[in-house]
Amino acid sequence: MSLRIVVCVKYVPDATGDRHFADDLTLDREDVDGLLSELDEYAVEQALQIADAADDAEVTVLTVGPEDAKDALRKALSMGADRAVHVEDDDLHGSDVIGTSLVLAKAVEETGYDLVISGMASTDGTMGVVPALLAERLGVPQVTLLSQVSVEGGVVRGRRDGDSASEELEASLPAVVSVTDQSGEARYPSFKGIMAAKKKPVKSLDLDDLGIDADEVGLAGSWTAVDSAAERPARTAGTIVKDEGEGGKQLAGFLAGQKFI
Amino acid sequence: MAEVLVFVDHVDGAVRKPTLELLTLARRVGEPVALAVGAGASDTAGVLAEHGAVKVLVSEASEYGDFLVVPKVDALQAAYGAVSPVAVLVPSSAEGKEIAARLAVRIGSGLITDAVDLEAGEQGPVATQSAFAASFTTKSRVSRGTPVITVKPNSAPVEPASAAGAVEELAVEFSAGASGTKVLSRTPRESTGRPELTEAAIVVSGGRGVNGAENFAVIEALADSLGAAVGASRAAVDAGWYPHTNQVGQTGKSVSPQLYIASGISGAIQHRAGMQTSKTIVAVNKDSEAPIFDLVDYGVVGDLFDVVPQLTEEINTRKG
Repeated sequence: MSLRIVVCVKYVPDATGDRHFADDLTLDREDVDGLLSELDEYAVEQALQIADAADDAEVTVLTVGPEDAKDALRKALSMGADRAVHVEDDDLHGSDVIGTSLVLAKAVEETGYDLVISGMASTDGTMGVVPALLAERLGVPQVTLLSQVSVEGGVVRGRRDGDSASEELEASLPAVVSVTDQSGEARYPSFKGIMAAKKKPVKSLDLDDLGIDADEVGLAGSWTAVDSAAERPARTAGTIVKDEGEGGKQLAGFLAGQKFI
Repeated sequence: MAEVLVFVDHVDGAVRKPTLELLTLARRVGEPVALAVGAGASDTAGVLAEHGAVKVLVSEASEYGDFLVVPKVDALQAAYGAVSPVAVLVPSSAEGKEIAARLAVRIGSGLITDAVDLEAGEQGPVATQSAFAASFTTKSRVSRGTPVITVKPNSAPVEPASAAGAVEELAVEFSAGASGTKVLSRTPRESTGRPELTEAAIVVSGGRGVNGAENFAVIEALADSLGAAVGASRAAVDAGWYPHTNQVGQTGKSVSPQLYIASGISGAIQHRAGMQTSKTIVAVNKDSEAPIFDLVDYGVVGDLFDVVPQLTEEINTRKG
C-alpha cells in the first residue's frame, strides 16, 4: 500500500526584507516578498528521501495562506513533491497558531496521510509548536525536532538533540514528524523539476470544504490578542575602534568600565 | 489569592534557572504552584519553596522518561484540573513549548510563546514578546481560556521569596496517546563545565572568521576568562567547527545575556534574530562594513586572532 506523506509548509516574509506590522497588528504582506520558509525545505527534502526509500509513496505539500502562498507550493513541487493542497479563505486572515493548527489538521485529514512532516519552526513566527499541535489534534504520536529520520515497516525512527540529552525515538505510523536544519541539506529544484511542477495538480480548499466555521479562525476567532507593536528603538551608535595593536586592551578597558571584569 | 501553575524544568531534581525566573514572574500574577515530574521531582521542592512556590505538586512515574512529551502534558492537565489557576507558565525550551501548546488546545485556551516579560493586566497577564528578529516589541494577552504562556530564559531576575512549598503527590492518569512515542535511548550531553548557553550572563561567540574547529580554542579561552558560555554562528556550525547545540540564531538558540561578544561574525539577520536583545553587544571583526557593527556598544575592527587573545590575557591579568 502506498505511503501517504503530507508536508506542511509555510509561506513567510523574506527575513532580509523590511518586515513590519499592518494597522490591524498582523504582518503587513504588502511591502515584503514572500517565500517558502527555509526550514520547511528540510521537511520537503526528508519527505522526498523517505518516499524514495519506500516501495510506493506519494508526497503532498500543504499550506494555509493567501493567494501568493502558491509560490511556496510551487517551490516544493519543483523540488519533487507530487501534488499540492492550498487552503485559502479570506476569513483566515490573522489566524493565530491555535486556529492555524485546526485548519492544518482538518486539511491533513481531508488529504489522507500516514506521515505528516514539517520544519522545526517557521522563520517568521518561530514558535515551533505547530507539529505538536497537529499531533495533539490528529491524536497520533509526535516525533519532533529530529536531526535524523527514517521510516521502515510502518515505524518512524529518529534522533532528537535536546538541551540536556540526545534521544533516539520510535513511533508507529500514522505520526507527525518535524525535522531540524541538521537533518540534511535540501536539494535545489532542477530545471526539469521546475518545468514538471507547472503541470502538477494544486488543489484549493476553503473553510467550507473543511467544515470549519469562520468564527473559529481569523483575527476575530484568535485565542490571543496583540494590543501593541512598537519598533525597537535603534541602538545608539557604539564606539568603534580600529586595532592598531592595542585593540584587545582597549576592549578590556571598555568591559572593565561596564563592570564585566 | 489566585494561583498560577508553573511547570518545572529540572534534570534529576536539579532545577534549572529559567524555572526560578518563572517563579519571580508568577508572583506578579498570583501565588505560584509548581509542578515537577519525572525522576527526582520531589528533590526540587526545597529550592522551589525558597523561590515562592506555595505548593509543589510532584509525580515521579517512569512514563515521563520512557515516552516523549505527552505524559508531561497529561500531568500538566491533571495539575490544571486540581488547581484551577489563572495562568499556566512554562519555560520556553523546545519541549516546554510543545507541552504548553498541547495543553492549550486541550483546555481550550490561547497560547503565547517566548514571552520576554510578564505583567498583571486588567484582562489577565500581559506578555511582552520580540518579533521580526527582535526589531519589534509586542504586548499580547490570551483572549480565550486560561492563559498558557512560555517564557524565555533571562527574562526576569531570580528573586528568593520564602513560601510554604508544601509537597503533594499529584495523581496523573495517562492518556491513550501517552505511550505513542518511545524513547529508545537517551544520551546525556557531556558537560563542558561552562554555563548553559541560554542561561549565561555572558556569551562569547565565534563565526566564519574563526576559520577552523581548532581555532575555537581562542574563543573558549576568552569565554573561560569571563565565566561565559560559548556560542557559534550557523556558518561555523555548518562547517563542523562547533556543535549545533551551541548555535546562536534563528535556527539555533536565542540568547539574551548581559554581555554578548561576537568574534568573526558578520551579523546576518538570522544571527541577529538570536542575539539582538542582549544588553551589551561587543564585536571583533576584520571587515569594518560587517552589519554586526550596527548593533554594537563597542566594536574593534581587527583580526580576531590578534584582538581576542590580547583581550583574554588582559582580563586574566586584571583578575590576577
